[in-house]
Amino acid sequence: MTIYLPIAELSVNIFIILGMGAAVGFLSGMFGVGGGFLITPLLIFYNIPPVVAVATGANQVVASSISGAITHFRRGTLDVKLGTVLLIGGISGATLGIWIFSLLRSIGQLDLMISLLYVVFLGAVGGLMLMESLNAMRRAARNEAPMPRKPGHHNWVHRLPLKMRFKKSKIYLSVIPVIALGFAIGVLTSVMGVGGGFIMVPAMIYLLRIPTNVVVGTSLFQIIFVTAYATIVQAATNYSVDIVLAFVLMVAGVVGAQYGVRVGQRLRGEQLRALLGLLVLAVGIRLAIALVVKPADIYSIVLEAAAP
Amino acid sequence: MTRFRLTLAAAVLMLAAPAASAQVMLDQPRTVRETMEIGTSTGEIAITSDFAGADLTVFGALSNTDQLLLAIGQYDIVVVLEGPRLNATVRRKDRVFGIWVNTRSMTFERVPVAYSLSSTRPVDNITTPLELNDHGIGTEHIPLTPIGLVGNAANLADFRDAFRRLQSASGLYEHDPSGVRFVSSSLFKATLRLPADVPNGVHTVRAYLFKSGKFVTDKSLPLRVIKTGVEQMITDAAHDRPISYGLFSVLLAIVTGWGASVVFRRK
Repeated sequence: MTIYLPIAELSVNIFIILGMGAAVGFLSGMFGVGGGFLITPLLIFYNIPPVVAVATGANQVVASSISGAITHFRRGTLDVKLGTVLLIGGISGATLGIWIFSLLRSIGQLDLMISLLYVVFLGAVGGLMLMESLNAMRRAARNEAPMPRKPGHHNWVHRLPLKMRFKKSKIYLSVIPVIALGFAIGVLTSVMGVGGGFIMVPAMIYLLRIPTNVVVGTSLFQIIFVTAYATIVQAATNYSVDIVLAFVLMVAGVVGAQYGVRVGQRLRGEQLRALLGLLVLAVGIRLAIALVVKPADIYSIVLEAAAP
Repeated sequence: MTRFRLTLAAAVLMLAAPAASAQVMLDQPRTVRETMEIGTSTGEIAITSDFAGADLTVFGALSNTDQLLLAIGQYDIVVVLEGPRLNATVRRKDRVFGIWVNTRSMTFERVPVAYSLSSTRPVDNITTPLELNDHGIGTEHIPLTPIGLVGNAANLADFRDAFRRLQSASGLYEHDPSGVRFVSSSLFKATLRLPADVPNGVHTVRAYLFKSGKFVTDKSLPLRVIKTGVEQMITDAAHDRPISYGLFSVLLAIVTGWGASVVFRRK
């Protein structure tokens, strides 16, 4: 059964889109990630124009993050104050990101930059994930204890000025790195159509030393608002949010995520992370190959309204 | 005196008249030019979301034609359906550090987005390339005027060829060299192909009449192509009310995400 996507301007098989949404939803539920970094490249593989894939990916992340954020808010593992500071950076970053996005689009380098960014980020994150999980598996096989975190160790981040007390996180931290992190993630949200959790969570834990229990909830809080903002601004500037595509993806995604969560609770962490790492790497490699292989036609046409 | 002058004038006229009329017969055998009228069954085409392309029939009538020339096929008709005009940017990829990157580009000014042509014979057999270029008839002769600076001429030819090739490959530029048929001696019928992704907007049906390779007259009619259905409503909303559209997309995402968590918690 085919369905016409009005903004992407092509007909697609609805079951492939449903399957894509469900699979990514399942993985995102299993690993606790938003899934935007998988959805957007998969859509590009399925010939959805990258402009539409990015904007629609951002919209889909809003849906996939909301139920997680509600759960964390109820449990009290969401630091609204810290999230708001992140959000200040995030919104400004997303605004700059949209500007970069439109600029790249007008000079015809958008598709290339999206692919390049994905190759770099998916390659790095997938590689690190795989290495870390393989090390953990090796340690488990030798019956070694995991390396303990050095307590009380402070890095350069903690010597920055403009400190603020975040009660819920029980941390006294400069707002500069928090806003900077939010800003960087905001740029990525606009340009890549991701929530950015896969970068934000490790950065909050290892760089900002924010207690792990509030990290996921707080990052989801920031992700929802920044992706919602990016969706609206993409719709307003590039007219590239495909609501039909987004809706099919999100319905399949939220259902898939519920099952993913259940399966994820029962499986071993290291093996799961190794699998996700492999998957992420594979998607990155597939994108890299597309950049290197000679395209079917080296010419392409873009039509735009003529000035009156 | 006056009478003599008048008589002389009359005599001169009488002498000159047969010669003058003979001259008219030789140089311009006809005193009235051929005219052409065309009509389509509809001035508006509503395209539903399951549209997979269609044929448009254009009827036309010729009058004041020379029956002899008509009989030996000296009249040719070309009918085209031209889509709305947009600026088209053609980009060329080159390998840079092993990666295929858009390097050069050229923008052609106000080119028809779609172009479907039907004729009595292949257009290149009807008349000279010069005449075709003058009127912009045929996919090879549509004027492609670049905006801004053009590096070198060879480049320009490459970009023009690429544009025509890509537009033909996507079915937006088509030609049927036998799509126009005479139904009777003065009535003709032309079939034009509307591709599945025919663009929205005001198209122009234009018919050209040629006699022995010379352009005689042309006639045009507007044809409005309107896409209908839910998909088109969504496209219109996205372009006409982008902020509300964006807000609605976000709202839909919130409701879906929230709804799922409520439904699954109950289970």
